[in-house]
Amino acid sequence: MNEYIRLNELLPGEGAEIKYMKNSVSIRRRLYDLGFFEGGRVKCIGASPLGDPRAYLIRDTVIALRNKDCGEITVRRTN
Amino acid sequence: MGLTKASVGKCAAEKGIKNVKRKGNEKIIALAGNPNVGKSTVFNALTGLDQHTGNWSGKTVTNAIGHFKGENGEEYCIADIPGTYSLYPVSAEEETACEMICFGKSDITAVVCDASCLERNLSLVLQISEISRNIIVVLNLMDEAERKGIRIDLEYLEDSLGLPVIPVTAKKKKSLLALVKAFGEGEKLFEGRKTIHMEYGEDIEREITLLENMIKPSENDCNIPYRWISLKLLENDERLLEMISENYGFDILSEKARETASESRKRILKRDDGETIRETLVSCVMKKASDICQNAVKREKEKGAVIQTKLEKLFTGKYTSFPVMILFLMLILWITVTGANIISDALGKVLFGIEPYLKEFFVYLHIPRFISAPLIDGVYHVLAWVVSVMLPPMAIFFPLFSLLEDIGYLPRLAYVLDRPFCRCGTCGKQALTMCMGFGCNAAGVVGCRIIDSPRERILAILTNSFMICNGRFPILIALASIFFCGTDRSQSVLSSFVSAGVLTVFILLGICVTFLVTKILSVTLLKGIPSSFTLELPSFRMPDIGSVVVRSVFDRTIFVLGRAAAAAAPAGLIIWLAGNITLRDMTLLEISARFFDPLGNLLGMDGVMLISFILGFSANETVIPIAVMAYTSGGILTEAGNTAALADILISNGWTWITAVCVMIFTVMHWPCSTTLITAYKETKSIKWTLLSFAVPTLCGIIFCAFINVLLTIITSVIN
Repeated sequence: MNEYIRLNELLPGEGAEIKYMKNSVSIRRRLYDLGFFEGGRVKCIGASPLGDPRAYLIRDTVIALRNKDCGEITVRRTN
Repeated sequence: MGLTKASVGKCAAEKGIKNVKRKGNEKIIALAGNPNVGKSTVFNALTGLDQHTGNWSGKTVTNAIGHFKGENGEEYCIADIPGTYSLYPVSAEEETACEMICFGKSDITAVVCDASCLERNLSLVLQISEISRNIIVVLNLMDEAERKGIRIDLEYLEDSLGLPVIPVTAKKKKSLLALVKAFGEGEKLFEGRKTIHMEYGEDIEREITLLENMIKPSENDCNIPYRWISLKLLENDERLLEMISENYGFDILSEKARETASESRKRILKRDDGETIRETLVSCVMKKASDICQNAVKREKEKGAVIQTKLEKLFTGKYTSFPVMILFLMLILWITVTGANIISDALGKVLFGIEPYLKEFFVYLHIPRFISAPLIDGVYHVLAWVVSVMLPPMAIFFPLFSLLEDIGYLPRLAYVLDRPFCRCGTCGKQALTMCMGFGCNAAGVVGCRIIDSPRERILAILTNSFMICNGRFPILIALASIFFCGTDRSQSVLSSFVSAGVLTVFILLGICVTFLVTKILSVTLLKGIPSSFTLELPSFRMPDIGSVVVRSVFDRTIFVLGRAAAAAAPAGLIIWLAGNITLRDMTLLEISARFFDPLGNLLGMDGVMLISFILGFSANETVIPIAVMAYTSGGILTEAGNTAALADILISNGWTWITAVCVMIFTVMHWPCSTTLITAYKETKSIKWTLLSFAVPTLCGIIFCAFINVLLTIITSVIN
């Protein structure tokens, strides 16, 4: 349960804690605005019909992110 | 579909009104906040204006200014600012917002927060509290929070922030009385409060003090706290530093100031990295917001969660999302077509019925024929046509679409469609701008500001006119019901279904061409890979049906109609003159129609239609009335308001179903109207992109029409 995975590997219904973010500056700023930052809590709640983007619950709001961007975010599963 | 005077009219031009003009003793209030927290709803409720609102982020892209009077007659000027998540702008519209918040010189900044997700909203409150002391926290959507089982300890929140907190439900106007009262208290409201002070840890605080001391004595006094400027120096935020020096004449960009800041950064981090400093600061702000929320927010069991989940599954589920999308489109079109036919016929009868009386009245007044003829046969006739054909579809379509928008369906559309858009080198937010283009392309082009990447924004602007706007809608409705629904049109339910089906096909054609052209442009002129994409999916909200209907009819419908009428009146005059002034036994209209005939024939149409489209440049609404006048040589038409009469005119002028198909394709794809082009220029500030937004759809129209014309002609001749 404690291994580090990419955010896009998180399955719907699972929660995680954000560990590192390798995203480039502009997207990083936007992600910070939305509450994605090292130490933040996130939960995957679903995927769009074509699989990408996926929807994540963060700080009480649902945010859609593309798998490509989530691939740059390392998280650790929580219960 | 942000279609109001503010979005396409004069105001749209005044991008980023930084300094609101103060009239007399007026107090200026800036309405700031995260996207989609209901700033515009608060604005409307306070001012009685009708800034368009919708349940999705980025609805408001420009500042709107309104005025209202307080309890004791005090005067206020209030600015509705586009939503922003933080004071670190990423997109153009956020930059407008930040500029207004930081340098707008407002007396009070009212930060509207969504009570149902307070934590994220508080980050912005904390950031703004570093610049301004006079902040009121407006907790909106209290009803939604309650539904979600969220309770907020207002007293604790007020104490820990040191700011006045006022809970409201902006939908209910009464709940805003407390806010108006708070505005009235003025300075007293802020007296004796200990406003929250953000602390960033020993290392950073030491450097802040150092920088503060450096800038403090040397410069003229201004309202912006030195501490905040020091923070910006430390972050090395180029854009903001420029703004500070622009707005306050601060010599913040000097070599010395920069060097000192750089030294400070090195002392904190061992390296000169403003971005990391910025992230450290933001993290501190977010932790603070989180800490406050931990104590201020109590959670109970959520009500209505089941419905939310079910709707989410329906709209974004693997198997349901696409059928639901098409179904919504068809349903809206079907209701529009069926309803519009009935009202159109009735309106036409009335308006054209008046015409003979109007003529008699002119005769009674002894007005000579050469004045009355152009006025009645030209101006009045085209106007009556535009009103009877345009008004009904708009009056039905706008409210229906607004309902979808208010529920919160549009962001789901962007969510579902992001993948295909991504394949075409852009992002799902283009779906939102396309939806706005459905109402009015000019509004759609302005709406493109919600797209962060400049490259993708231009792609969306160039392709927006493939979405048929309300001005072109009636052309398709009329032609579909004449040529594809048999003889008993507008009577049977089946024929209206067919009609709606045909319309759907043409709209889907527009959507497909949008994808195709976007793809082509993104591998040629606008090369690049899709940038990143973040999209907020708001909770579904129950729309306020009454206000939706009233707002769409009285605000947007009337406004669009007014614009169409303003373009139609002179067009009617011109076409009447062209149809009645003769040169060598031919009217000017015949001469020009004959000139355009070869090109028109190539496109499966004729010269008259082409001229109508050209003259319809000012407003597409006038295309059909112009064509009708041209076909009847400007002569007098009786009862041309209904589709049956139109059918007779068109068929007697050699129209076949192939002609209809080609005209419909050309309706979907030709040059955008003048308003849209002007808007495209304002948005891109580039003649090149403006010309391209003219050329791209025109070229597509010519290619498609010519191709389909040849193809259909060959097929029919083979069959016969």
